[in-house]
Amino acid sequence: MEIYDILFWFLSALAVSCALGVILSRNPVNSVLFLIATFFAISGHYLLMNAQFLAIVNVIVYAGAIMVLFLFVIMLMNLNADVEPQKGQLVQLAGVISGGVLFLVILAAIKTAKTESMDKTATDIGLIANLGRTLFTKYVLPFEISSVLFLSAMVGAVVIGKKEDTKPVSKEDESEMKQFL
Amino acid sequence: MPVNSTHYLFLSLLLFSIGIMGALMRRNAIIIFMCIELMLNAVNLLLVAFSKIYGDADAQLFVFFIMVVAAAEVAVGLAIIVMMYRKVHSVDINILNRLKH
Repeated sequence: MEIYDILFWFLSALAVSCALGVILSRNPVNSVLFLIATFFAISGHYLLMNAQFLAIVNVIVYAGAIMVLFLFVIMLMNLNADVEPQKGQLVQLAGVISGGVLFLVILAAIKTAKTESMDKTATDIGLIANLGRTLFTKYVLPFEISSVLFLSAMVGAVVIGKKEDTKPVSKEDESEMKQFL
Repeated sequence: MPVNSTHYLFLSLLLFSIGIMGALMRRNAIIIFMCIELMLNAVNLLLVAFSKIYGDADAQLFVFFIMVVAAAEVAVGLAIIVMMYRKVHSVDINILNRLKH
């Protein structure tokens, strides 16, 4: 077995076991940590295929920013294993069976797919210069629109997260304000 | 047997179905959100594998845009969850179900 195959199997086993840890752990903080490990395993897969830019962006954006946001929210709500709600056993079994049936259906669909062999030599398309060239010539419109998307998401998040001002104006404040009119 | 496209298809499918099982099994809204991110990453992995196989850089740029959309979605989704927590002091989706009454 070449080093590529050994690394592939090791990273795959790591990714699948950490993904199972995400859905099976009681404590939500443990789920976040397992998901961070899953993202690192997937970044390892990207590096194995010489997609260098995406590996680094995956670590920085997903594991570094999004998961930190999740951790902030979980710590803010002070969730731990005691207050964690659990679905009934029957519903959990139904969920597992549904996911398993979807897995089998898609597996049956892809088993007749043509097998393409991977060229193990490193290709150049994952390097940031080549990706940048394609991004700024062919895909410049989605790039600019994604900045508008970020702006709208930022504004939306701030508007949704704003505390409502429900305190009514008291009588003394009203009379104080009226003397300036 | 050398690693080929079938291995990556199988791995991505496995991660995706684990994400779906998690989204159906758990009651915590934050964990469901994390399983959606897991599903997105499974698709990203498959796109990068096929970009390497066919030598096309467009798939890697599509992965980049998927990450962009996922980041924006997490920002808004967490704002919604925090607002929900402020109202009912729980992130249980069964409690959110009662808002329809």
